[in-house]
Amino acid sequence: MFFSAADIFAVLPEMVISGMACLLLLVDLAVPQRKKGLVALLSVISVLAAAFLTFSLTGVDTKAFSGTFVLDDYSAFFKLIFYIVTVFTIFISLRYLKTEEINMGEYYVLMLFSLSGMMVMASGGDLLTIYLGLELTALPIYALVGFLQHDRKSNEAAMKYVILGAFSSAILLYGISLIYGTAGTTDLAAIAEAIRSGKAGGTLFVVGIIMLVAGFGFKIAGFPFHMWAPDAYEGAPTPITAFMSAGPKAAAFAAIMRVFLEALYPAYGSWELAIAAVAVGSMVVGNITAIMQTSLKRMLAYSSIGHAGYALLGVVAGTEEGIAGVMFYMLVYTFMNLGIFAMIIMMRRDGANGDQISHWAGFAKSNKVAALVMLVFLFSLAGIPPTAGFMAKFYVFMALIHKGMIGLAVVAALMSAVAAYFYIRVVMLMYMREPEKEFSLVRSWGIYCVLAVALAAVVVLGIYPDYFVSLANRAAFSL
Amino acid sequence: MEKFFFLMFAITALCSGLAVVTLRNPVHSAVSLMLCLVQVAALFVLLRSPFVAVAQVFIYVGAVMVLFLFVVLILDIKKAAIETFPPVKRRFVGGVIAVLGIELLAFIFASPFGTAPADAAETTTESIGKLLFTKYLFPFEVVSIILLAALVAAVIMAKERQR
Repeated sequence: MFFSAADIFAVLPEMVISGMACLLLLVDLAVPQRKKGLVALLSVISVLAAAFLTFSLTGVDTKAFSGTFVLDDYSAFFKLIFYIVTVFTIFISLRYLKTEEINMGEYYVLMLFSLSGMMVMASGGDLLTIYLGLELTALPIYALVGFLQHDRKSNEAAMKYVILGAFSSAILLYGISLIYGTAGTTDLAAIAEAIRSGKAGGTLFVVGIIMLVAGFGFKIAGFPFHMWAPDAYEGAPTPITAFMSAGPKAAAFAAIMRVFLEALYPAYGSWELAIAAVAVGSMVVGNITAIMQTSLKRMLAYSSIGHAGYALLGVVAGTEEGIAGVMFYMLVYTFMNLGIFAMIIMMRRDGANGDQISHWAGFAKSNKVAALVMLVFLFSLAGIPPTAGFMAKFYVFMALIHKGMIGLAVVAALMSAVAAYFYIRVVMLMYMREPEKEFSLVRSWGIYCVLAVALAAVVVLGIYPDYFVSLANRAAFSL
Repeated sequence: MEKFFFLMFAITALCSGLAVVTLRNPVHSAVSLMLCLVQVAALFVLLRSPFVAVAQVFIYVGAVMVLFLFVVLILDIKKAAIETFPPVKRRFVGGVIAVLGIELLAFIFASPFGTAPADAAETTTESIGKLLFTKYLFPFEVVSIILLAALVAAVIMAKERQR
C-alpha cells in the first residue's frame, strides 16, 4: 500500500468540495430555471461541510500521499479564507445572476471547482501539486469571467485572462522544470535539503527561481505582470471580480510562502531582491495608476495590485512574523474587498449601476446607512485606523521593521498616503456632491448578510485583532 | 547499427525541419513539421525513452499538429502563401532568431545536464505508470478534476444560450 486511510482523511475537505461539484452538475439538470437558488444553497451547504471537516482536522501537522499533500494549520487558515470568499460570493451572486439573466447552476459548480483548486494550492507539498492546484483554480475562473456571453467586455476580459494565464503558467512550469533539473526533485522539503547540501545552486537554479517569481507575479497581479488585471476585473461579472480578487490571490500567496519560505528559504539571498522589486513596483504603479481611473472596478483592480505589493512585503521580510502578517492581511483583505464589491452590486439595478465612480455622487444624501458602510470599507482599504485595513498593514510593516528593512517600510507608508487619496475621493463624492439622480438599491438578503458580516469583521478586526493575529501566529509554519 | 539509425533519423529531421521554413504552401509546411516531430520521437526511442517518444507522437503529432492543420484549412491558404515579411521585418525576425539560437547553443554547452545522463530505467512506461499510481497519486487525481472542470468550462463558454 502506498497510501493509507489517514491519507484519505487528510483530503476529505477537498473530496467533499470536488465531489459535490460533480454531484451538483447532475442535480442542476433536474432543477428548473427559476429555482437555481437551490443549487446555490447546496453549494453553501457543501462549503460549510468542508469547513467543518477542516476544523476537525486542525491541530495536526502531517504529510499525506508521499509528501505531495501537506495538512497543517497554515493550510487550514487559508482554507478558512477560501470558504469565506466562496460563501460570500454565492450570497452576493444570487440577485445579480437574475438581473443579468445568467441564472445557471453551472456558475456555482465552477466556483466549487475553483475552490477545490485553491485548497489544493494551500496544501501543496510538491511543486507539481501547487502547479496543478493553480490550474484548477484558474480554469473555472476563465469561464466565469466570460459568463456574460452577450457582453463584449466580458468576452474580451475572458480572452485576455486565458491567454495571459496560459502564458504565466508556461513561465512558471519552465521555472519548475529548471529547479527540478538542478535540484533533482519537486518536493518542497527535499528542495530545501538540496540547497543546504549544496547540490542545488548555480545559474540555472537562479534562473528557475526568477521564473517562479515571474509566474507567481502574474497570478497575484504584481507589477510588472499586472497588465491583465484591470481588464479582467472590469469585464468580469462583479461577483466574480470580488471572487478572483480575494480567493485566488490568497491561494497564490499561500503557495508563494510555501515555495519561497519553505523550499527556497536557504537560497533567501537569491530571490529577496526580485520579490522586493515586485512588491515596490506593485505598490507604486498600482496606487498611482488608481488615481487616474474613472471606473470604480478598474480603480479597485489597481488598488488590488497595490495591496498585493503590501502583502508581498511580508514575504520579503522572510520571518515567521512576516508569514503571520501576510496571513492576517489576506483575511482582512477578503472582508473589506468582498464588502465593497457587495456595495457595487447593490447599485446594480435595471440598467443603473455603480461601476463608475461618478455614479456615487451624492449617494449619502438619500442612503445614509449604506453610505456609512461604504465609507468604512473605503477607510479600511486606505488603511485608516481603527479599521482592520490599518491593522493588516501595521503587522506587515512591523515584520519589515523588525527585520531591519526600514527603507521598504517607509516606501510602503508613503504609498499608503497616495492610496488614501483615491479612496477618500469616493467618500468625498458621496458626501459633498449633490445627487444627479434617484438611487434605487437592490434589496437582497444575501447582500445584506455579506455586508453585515464584512462590516462587523472589518470593525472588530480593527479594534481587537489579537485573537486572529495570535491564530495566524500559531498557524504560520516555522522556518 | 544504432549510429546508422541515429544518422538516418537526425538527417530526416533536419531536412524536414528545413522544409518547414522553406516550403511556400502552409499545408506542406505543416506536414513537414509533422514528419520532423515523428523523427524526434524516433530519436527518443533510441535514447531508451519510449514513454517520451509516445507522448511526443500523441501530443505534438496527434493534437497540436491536427489543430495546426485545421487552422490552416480554415484560413485562406492562397493569400497566406503569397504574403511574406517585408525586408526590414525579415532582417529583424532573422536577427531575433539568430540570437535565440546562439543563446540556446550556449545554454546547451554550459548546462550541467549534458554530463549527467538520466537513468534509463526511470523513464520506462512501466516505472512512470507505477509512480503515477503511488507517489504521485494525489496530483494524478487532481489532473482528472482539472480535465472535468475544463470540460464543463468549455461547454459553458461555447453553448448558445436563449435569452
